[in-house]
Amino acid sequence: MHPTPPSKPLRAYGDREGDGMVQLSFVLQVPPSARAREAAKRFAEMHGLKEPLVATMELCAEGYSYFVVYGHSKHAIDVAEIEVPEIRTEALSREEIEKRIGLRLGRKIIVVGACTGSDAHTVGIDAILNYKGYAGDKGLESYKGFEAYNLGAQVENEQLVARARALKADAILVSQVITQRNCHKENGAALIAMAKKEGWRDEVVMLFGGPRIDHKLALELGFDAGFGPGTKPGDVASFLVERLCGAPAQVEPG
Amino acid sequence: MAQVPLDTHKVAACRAIASEIADDVQSYIDSHTSVGVERTIVRAFGVEGVDDQGVPLVNTLVERYHGAGVLGRGISFFLGRALLTGSRTIQDAAERLAFGPDVDTGEGGPSLDAVHAALRPHVDAAIGRIDSARDERMALKAKVRPGETPHKYVIVATGNIYDDAIQAKAAAHAGADVVAVIRATAQSLLDYVPHGATTEGYGGTFATQENFKIIRRAVDEATLEYGRYIHQTNYSSGLCMAEIAWMAAVERLDMLLNDAMYGILFRDINMCRTFVDQYVSRRFIARSGIVINTGEDNYLTTADAVEKAHTVLTSQFINEAFALRAGLKEEQMGLGHAYEINPWLEDSFLLEIAQAQLIRQIFDRHPIKWMPPTKHKTGDIFFAHVHDAMFNLVGITTHQSIELLGMFSEAIHNPLLMDRYLSLKATRYVYTAAKHLGDEIEFKPNGKIAQRAVQVLDEAHDLLVDVKKQTIWEAIGHGAFADVKRTRTGGKGYLGVAERAADYVNPILDVLEG
Repeated sequence: MHPTPPSKPLRAYGDREGDGMVQLSFVLQVPPSARAREAAKRFAEMHGLKEPLVATMELCAEGYSYFVVYGHSKHAIDVAEIEVPEIRTEALSREEIEKRIGLRLGRKIIVVGACTGSDAHTVGIDAILNYKGYAGDKGLESYKGFEAYNLGAQVENEQLVARARALKADAILVSQVITQRNCHKENGAALIAMAKKEGWRDEVVMLFGGPRIDHKLALELGFDAGFGPGTKPGDVASFLVERLCGAPAQVEPG
Repeated sequence: MAQVPLDTHKVAACRAIASEIADDVQSYIDSHTSVGVERTIVRAFGVEGVDDQGVPLVNTLVERYHGAGVLGRGISFFLGRALLTGSRTIQDAAERLAFGPDVDTGEGGPSLDAVHAALRPHVDAAIGRIDSARDERMALKAKVRPGETPHKYVIVATGNIYDDAIQAKAAAHAGADVVAVIRATAQSLLDYVPHGATTEGYGGTFATQENFKIIRRAVDEATLEYGRYIHQTNYSSGLCMAEIAWMAAVERLDMLLNDAMYGILFRDINMCRTFVDQYVSRRFIARSGIVINTGEDNYLTTADAVEKAHTVLTSQFINEAFALRAGLKEEQMGLGHAYEINPWLEDSFLLEIAQAQLIRQIFDRHPIKWMPPTKHKTGDIFFAHVHDAMFNLVGITTHQSIELLGMFSEAIHNPLLMDRYLSLKATRYVYTAAKHLGDEIEFKPNGKIAQRAVQVLDEAHDLLVDVKKQTIWEAIGHGAFADVKRTRTGGKGYLGVAERAADYVNPILDVLEG
């Protein structure tokens, strides 16, 4: 892997550098025919694919065709020009996390999490908070340095806030799994708006997670960090430790 | 045919213990009712309507009598008295009770015999409506036969019932045998059933009686056009599980997701409420000939699929025991399980075969429901497609009855039309290519698969012993299932439970109980 991004524009890599090979699959509301095949070809061309090959055209429902198309994408991208906020935290070891909380904070970090709105899927919040964890990485509940409260699913923002404030939470974790028509963004944005209106936004670290969430989106919505698919509990723990247990206090001379 | 070793004495012992566990709960059920149960009865009498705020009349009526502290008499008791004091129709009786100036306290008035006599024709009509829907289903199924098992089951979930109808037909065209309209995520916690056709919902579409009709019409068309009976499924779960069971019975659904404990564990619905509601829902289901699908597959999404495999089997024994107490036949019990072991684990495929075959043999008359991988699916759709193919191979080899097809886009979005098409195509390939594989092979008598099957049954037996010792109320409190802990009076809907009075009146339930 390149230690620094190459400064030349990149094209999709198929078999040889610069060939721009891309595969695309889609459905058009037209039964298979020579015209349908041509329509798929032109549709692919409109997406910037040169010499598109309609590799598959099948009837997938009455009046609908399923296509697989290959083509050479003419687009190129200069990676060096891209700015993406990334979570800079390095994953700390369990021992390091426990040590820093113990030494620098001297008390437990209180975390309250929920899957909010009508979303009934606890899989994300459970993976991060519950003892069991995810992919062999145990959840925040398993750390001595964390006191984790998992409120489960279908929790209204008001309930989450009431509980978090009552527990004097250091951090709030919001999980959103269902993403139809952007309802995940609305729920998250509403929570941040509530925190700002009530004047405690800066007192609590607010994290956003889910399969369609990334750090950039979370920051845009006003969260402190966003965690996408594949996030392990240790990643969240490390971020919170970095944020809440900064460098050891400097002893003033004299 | 490939078989895993099965200690039939141990299986019998498991059934006996499950039976005792269910008996303990049944005595509670038999002395309680709930707002959900009583609303179901009012609906079954044919009462309809919502107010200008969309509140169903059955809710207004039952809440009023529950609020007055007299629901333990049975709402039928009050309906009967209204019939005896001037109401000529049951609809009028319900409206008078809901909106009349005074609540009937049940004091004095006609005898219980007179109340029962007044209700008699309405009870007959209610039961007749369920029976004729059942007969209509049987007649259509006799005319147009279902496809071969495992039945290919797919879900549609657009949020708009009219789009769902299009997608349901498309799925049938592509080879689906069973179509489920997945329900809006919020509905399980609503203590009322929404009314009318709906076009907005997140993560699914609301279960309403009108929506049931729209999908029934679409799949009936598909049945006749494609010459293969297409089954319709929905969800009898949550705080309205009994009402939805009745709606499904009269709208001629074929299957319902219906589980004795799912709501407790995964929706934090109160235990007492769930046990009472599941019983009555299943009484309607038993009468209507609907096949239930239980939810044990969910255990493996929150708990580890290797370590906790036996909890699935334990729960299946318990679900079976509850279902028997509600009058279901084994042929109506689609006990659920799933292919959720980490695919990168060595011999994970062997462990999956062991569990699937074990459950097939223990529940040999049951239309077992086999669920696809979800937990270990990622955004890599190409790998996910292979993962699903391996799942299909287990399904056909171990003769599962109903198979919910995996979707390669599981981790990304609700399935697109082409996702479903490709899944059905791949499944058709595996089913055809390996059709008699299970009849041709044998498992090594003391091999990994055989040993795993023995181990899972042993562990399930031990857990049943433990649950019985604790009682199920306590066992759930300690996280015996799915690592989820619930308390007896915690969770949603507890306030909707009422103790039955000694002279509780519920003649529809009496008929269903036979």
